[in-house]
Amino acid sequence: MAKDAPPRWDRRMQQRLARGEAAALGELYDRFAALVHSQAHRMLDDEDAADQVTREVFGYIWENPGAYDPKHGSMRSWVARLTHRRSVRRLRGAHGEDEGPRTDARARELEHRVLKATTAARADYIVASMPAPLRAALELAYVQRRDYRQTAADLGVTADEARRRLRLGLQLLSTANTRPSADSAPPGYGPTP
Amino acid sequence: MSGGQSGGRDGEKPVERRIPGPRPAADDRETLPPVLSGAPEPAKPPEPGPPGPPLPHEVLKSLLGAWALAACSAEETAAVEEHLISCAPCADEGLRLRDAVGLLHTDGTLDLDPMLRSRVLENCLGRRPARIPLPSWAAPYDAETARLDALLRDIGDAEWHAPVRLKWFEADRQVNRRTTVAGVIGHLMAVDGLVSAALGLDDPLGKADGGSPPPTPTGRTEAYWAAAHHPPTRAVREPWRDQSHALVRTVSFAGRGVAELSVPYGGFALPLQDSLLERAFECWIHGGDIADAVDYPYEPPAAAHLNRMIDLAARLLPGVLAERRRAGLASPARHLVTAGSPGRSLHLEVEGRGGGDWYIALDSPAALGSPAHAVAQVALDGVEFCRLVAGHVPPVEAAAGQEGDREAISDVLFAAASLSRL
Repeated sequence: MAKDAPPRWDRRMQQRLARGEAAALGELYDRFAALVHSQAHRMLDDEDAADQVTREVFGYIWENPGAYDPKHGSMRSWVARLTHRRSVRRLRGAHGEDEGPRTDARARELEHRVLKATTAARADYIVASMPAPLRAALELAYVQRRDYRQTAADLGVTADEARRRLRLGLQLLSTANTRPSADSAPPGYGPTP
Repeated sequence: MSGGQSGGRDGEKPVERRIPGPRPAADDRETLPPVLSGAPEPAKPPEPGPPGPPLPHEVLKSLLGAWALAACSAEETAAVEEHLISCAPCADEGLRLRDAVGLLHTDGTLDLDPMLRSRVLENCLGRRPARIPLPSWAAPYDAETARLDALLRDIGDAEWHAPVRLKWFEADRQVNRRTTVAGVIGHLMAVDGLVSAALGLDDPLGKADGGSPPPTPTGRTEAYWAAAHHPPTRAVREPWRDQSHALVRTVSFAGRGVAELSVPYGGFALPLQDSLLERAFECWIHGGDIADAVDYPYEPPAAAHLNRMIDLAARLLPGVLAERRRAGLASPARHLVTAGSPGRSLHLEVEGRGGGDWYIALDSPAALGSPAHAVAQVALDGVEFCRLVAGHVPPVEAAAGQEGDREAISDVLFAAASLSRL
């Protein structure tokens, strides 16, 4: 990914999609399918629903490559926003079909679920997009339960540096908790068009 | 955390941390009481140790991340918590970071169903047909490279160095060669380079010091392995993937005639459409080798793709039989017929996924395989047949059902195994 870094890759991909190149569609899938599917799954907690959102998101991009505006951020963040929007729609739709009267309490509960799912999905996105050294430090400390001195040794950096990375990584992650307005893109995905 | 399988696979769940007070769930943070400086929850007194000099503010601040993750010493934890009582900015940040820890998780990303790709792409192409479609004969290569790439994305750094034993047949004996997961990808990349060269694309191997490597699969692989100053790492994934994407893209643009373009392999050549099929086959077989080495599941290709791969092997067999006959490795021709006429045949009945019936002309590649002239029948499973062709199972163990001319059966099974190479 380092070699053909965005935005060059993004613009080129957009052109190729607009041209109707099936090979470009395959490459688009190869680059973003894991992101789309894991985000949708985090939001919806359902394998089939995540498959369906994945299908919808790629279908939309393939039919509307012109909807992406490179001036407003990377293609990756655009894809994440589309995924979020589709997932929220599905979450709301699934609730709308439920039996029973629509009460304020139910509406509040639904909004609470949307918010919670959004925060979790955004946190995943932030972790996946943060600089690799920060992610590696967080993984060692959180998943492997290494203390910061061990983390430093594992990474071959000083203890000071390990502390710095853990703090910075968590600071980035904490932005996932910033409450987004109802339908706008969550801040973690970059600027909203 | 979405860092994949590398860390959490042992199933270790994070247990309750030593963070004082209840850790708020990520979802109800808006109801959290404000943190009042000077009025924190009472911290547990640390184990009384020798009280050192108090740590300066800057150091305590730098410890906040490690503290939130319960990744510092007991003394440091106590010092930070002592500090949070009197320092409002640090207390604020500490709380924020501790909430952020609640957003981490260890269950990793779900492995994407490899078959989802074709469903998603089909759906797209149904909604808007491609103006520059993929040739149907390139589809197996496109699918298999994507499947292997998805496996590679999910494996950890260390697994790239897992030992892999490549197996094939040489002089009718199974031989093998030890390499690593990264070494296998280097091998695939080096041999795919033969197709790139035929299409006029850049060679990912570049120019070796001693000039171009010999234009054979083995020669190129050996040159790649020998030229690597260090054992290959996961860095090989990107150039391998770039090349396979470039190949798919190039053949899409090249127009219909390109299917017959000759791809030289040194001792022989294949038309491009067969060559990409052969590369798809290798990609699947070596994907399986890699999956075995790192203990992942790996399914056979889609039935339609498997069928094409079996068909390619079946088409190659008469020529290989003739070669082996010339080398004294197969029994003499019994009944030569004029070119294009049906001749003595072996009925290859492939069962299961991707299966079908093939009739292999036994006496000459110029003859036509024919059910009316079948002198023997071999029945076996499609995946098993492919493993035979890949040199992964010995010919004597391959066929489930055999009937008729035993010599013909043995000749064909050994010829199938001899299709394998490094």
